Amino acid sequence: MTTIEEPPAPTPMGFGRMKRKEDVRFIRGKGHYVDDVVLPGMLHGAVLRSTYAHARIVRIDTSAAEAHPKVRAVITGATLETLGLAWMPSLSHDVVAVLATDKVRFQGQEVAFVVADDHYSARDALELIEVEYEPLPPVMDARRALEPDAPVIRDDVQGKTDNHIFDWDAGDEAATDAAFAAADVVVSQDMLYPRVHPAPMETCGAVADMDPVSGKLTIWCGTQAPHAHRTLYALVAGLPEHKIRVISPDIGGGFGNKVGIYPGYVCAIVGSIVTKRPVKWMEDRSENLMSTSFARDYHMHGEIAATNDGKITALRVKVLADHGAFNNTAQPTKFPAGFFHIFTGSYDLQAAHCEVTGVYTNKAPGGVAYACSFRVTEAAYLVERMVDCLADEMGMDPAELRLKNLLKPEQFPYTCPTGWEYDSGDYPRALRLALEMAGYDDLRKEQADKRTRGELMGIGISFFTETVGAGPRKHMDILGLGMADGAEVRVHPTGKAVVRLSCQSQGQGHETTFAQIVAQELGISPDDIDVVHGDTDNTPFGLGTYGSRSTPVSGAAVAVASRRVRDKAKIVASAMLEVAVDDLEWEKGRWFVKGDPAAGKTIQEIALASHGSLELPEGVEGHLDASCVYDPPNLTYPFGAYICVVDVDPGTGQVKVRRFIAVDDCGPRINPMIVEGQIHGGLADGVGMALMEVIAFDEDGNCLGGSFMDYLLPTALECPSWEVGQTVTPSPHHPLGVKGVGESATVGSPAAVVNAVLDAIGVRHADMPLTPAQVWRTMQGSPFRTDLAIE
Amino acid sequence: MQVTMTVNGDEVAREIEPRLLLVHFIREELGLTGTHWGCDTSNCGTCVVWMDDEPVKSCTVLAAMAHGHRIRTVEDLERAGGLDPVQQGFMDEHGLQCGFCTPGMMMTARWLLDRDPDPDEATIREAISGQICRCTGYENIVRAVRWAAEHPATSEVHA
Ligand code: FES
Ligand code: FES
Repeated sequence: MTTIEEPPAPTPMGFGRMKRKEDVRFIRGKGHYVDDVVLPGMLHGAVLRSTYAHARIVRIDTSAAEAHPKVRAVITGATLETLGLAWMPSLSHDVVAVLATDKVRFQGQEVAFVVADDHYSARDALELIEVEYEPLPPVMDARRALEPDAPVIRDDVQGKTDNHIFDWDAGDEAATDAAFAAADVVVSQDMLYPRVHPAPMETCGAVADMDPVSGKLTIWCGTQAPHAHRTLYALVAGLPEHKIRVISPDIGGGFGNKVGIYPGYVCAIVGSIVTKRPVKWMEDRSENLMSTSFARDYHMHGEIAATNDGKITALRVKVLADHGAFNNTAQPTKFPAGFFHIFTGSYDLQAAHCEVTGVYTNKAPGGVAYACSFRVTEAAYLVERMVDCLADEMGMDPAELRLKNLLKPEQFPYTCPTGWEYDSGDYPRALRLALEMAGYDDLRKEQADKRTRGELMGIGISFFTETVGAGPRKHMDILGLGMADGAEVRVHPTGKAVVRLSCQSQGQGHETTFAQIVAQELGISPDDIDVVHGDTDNTPFGLGTYGSRSTPVSGAAVAVASRRVRDKAKIVASAMLEVAVDDLEWEKGRWFVKGDPAAGKTIQEIALASHGSLELPEGVEGHLDASCVYDPPNLTYPFGAYICVVDVDPGTGQVKVRRFIAVDDCGPRINPMIVEGQIHGGLADGVGMALMEVIAFDEDGNCLGGSFMDYLLPTALECPSWEVGQTVTPSPHHPLGVKGVGESATVGSPAAVVNAVLDAIGVRHADMPLTPAQVWRTMQGSPFRTDLAIE
Repeated sequence: MQVTMTVNGDEVAREIEPRLLLVHFIREELGLTGTHWGCDTSNCGTCVVWMDDEPVKSCTVLAAMAHGHRIRTVEDLERAGGLDPVQQGFMDEHGLQCGFCTPGMMMTARWLLDRDPDPDEATIREAISGQICRCTGYENIVRAVRWAAEHPATSEVHA
């Protein structure tokens, strides 16, 4: 075997393409995920789940399971009640059953927990538990939930006589009504954004280890928000917070699925307390799909108003939001519908208004998962479908209609009719670039040509604006915890550095990107910077990674902390060079004397001196470190223009995504390779949701998407080779100008795919997923409801 | 029951329950945690290893069925000469994000390249179509395999 001659690409001193530091372990199979954690004496837990969607629990008999020779403990809701842990607070000011006591409220709900010597035995013992249920009629349709005679799901809540959770609205209703009254054209459309699931390749799980001597509880858990978990455990279980350590090891994908606290985690903790041994719980795939955070499930009625010449004037939407059996969506407290009220999208409107009503159904709780930026996904889909419906009504080209209505660069900062202040953007430039990359005019000619031969080809456009990087503390908190994040930067005596983060990677490459931020600010090579995250004992507090907030919030914290280090280095350098601080100038990695560039000190020299015996000015402490808690002044607004080209088989309804062009603007790209990777992944998500993915139910409440045989994910064959482009419009308020990108493509792409398919078959609307059956039925004039197996 | 097999060149023998899945045998009995699992239905392919030079989904093979056979896992890709070009390709072309599907993808890629040293894009997509990656949208996995095809020699680690 010979050695490859090519020299390795140099590591950039800051931003730029570089290989990921974390990959050296992943490519060797040395990643360390939660199921790889093995502790001495560790036991294994398994959860018994409800077979019914709605039933009263009459009796639970655990005696046979307890008699199993390898079983160490069986925990039921009754056990937890004695500890005050049968219910836990949800992330949305509701409660969630840890183990059901009175009723089960969705199929797959947690009923009992077995702890055994090994996981095969734990599963065997589940079969030995007898549960007697008295079945109740389930409510599977969000519309049925509000009917006066609908069964009441949440009779655990005192005085609750219906399935209503909240009503919420945003925008100016009167102004919107007036704009509609004055409109030349009004188009309305019902649409469903079906229930889908993030389905990361690694399921959820935890290892809990309560040390009976020190009283310290250590929880290994693939959580996107380790600090929030620790605080919640302290609040829920009454454990002192300093005696809880949450370690989030490598995570095999999150996408929002690993934000919340699941009953299995709590059961593992209780199991460890009861048995005085570490307890591991890993859910299997069916458990993951049936019981953990779903996403979407928004029934939307949209209306769009325009003038005769195609100027969009107003948008109105009513939403019925299906939150499942417990209201457990993870979103800032003041926003029960998340950031859905950015549904005005990228257009210059006079007025807009939305009303959202949340309801309980007998489905799994959770929501706001799957890379959605707190419901921006639903909002972007709604507006981009409505614009296409309007184009169809008016016989206008959808690209031309969009160009006519997009916000102009000079309108930024722009306050939209529902109150969001968009920070920066040049929308027409992004759309024009996408059209040019696609060869739009030629595609339309090809399409017309094919139509004459009976071939179905479609071109779909979507333009999205996201609002991410939550968020300003004065407006945004989750369960009272403000959405600011901390970071600490420490330069060691030899000039190497460590940066500690509150956020947690699930594959986004934080170990590389955050080292590059420090490198950019301090001129220390990313190779010499260690990134520490995912351990509450070793990192500053913060709310974690979701809603594309890592770079907008933690990235800013790291930049500011690095600049503080630089400022301190300047003082130390001035002492070293015996010149005034103001006489120094910075070039990356070095302070030097103005007008005398040869007289300077590198950051490494300064680091050593700051730890040595150099005399420092009055009030300046030794060492070289700084921290920051970053409170974002505003959110950031990444945007993009997507174009999808599909071919549809007229005989079968099978859709082939032939091309996908994505122009994204997320501000400057710290590591363009990583940013493109994030976009690729999100585009595949969009193809999946538009064409394949749905968690549907039958009328008895059976989950029809409980395995990968039924919940279909795109493979390499369904995905085209992505064509990506970029424009760069920095955020004016972020220290690095960056906007975040993690969810952009997931938000923006579904509408492009759906618009393309509908364009191909010449139909105004059909609901996702556009499976061959749905497309074929739509072509016959009778699309079906994709969320229920009810005709 | 007693099983004996060769794993990554070493003979291993263990007393096991007959129902033990090969993936659990590899991970839990042998402590080789580079092989993952991600489903209950043989759909995800995070568990792919080689049995006698063919990729298999190790969640769909009983450890007992591997008795007397040769198993190769991701831990065996790197040899004394350095990283397998597939490993280098995944790193160079950003063929992984969370890394969970990666070992299975790399095992399939190595198998493909051993049979077809110069596969085109369609062939690569077909070869990995029994495996799911939720992070990368596959584009860079395809490029990673192409990279390995274009750099067939084992390379130095330049991480
Ligand atoms: S674990 Fe999913 S295919 Fe083997
Ligand atoms: S890299 Fe995460 S599943 Fe493939």
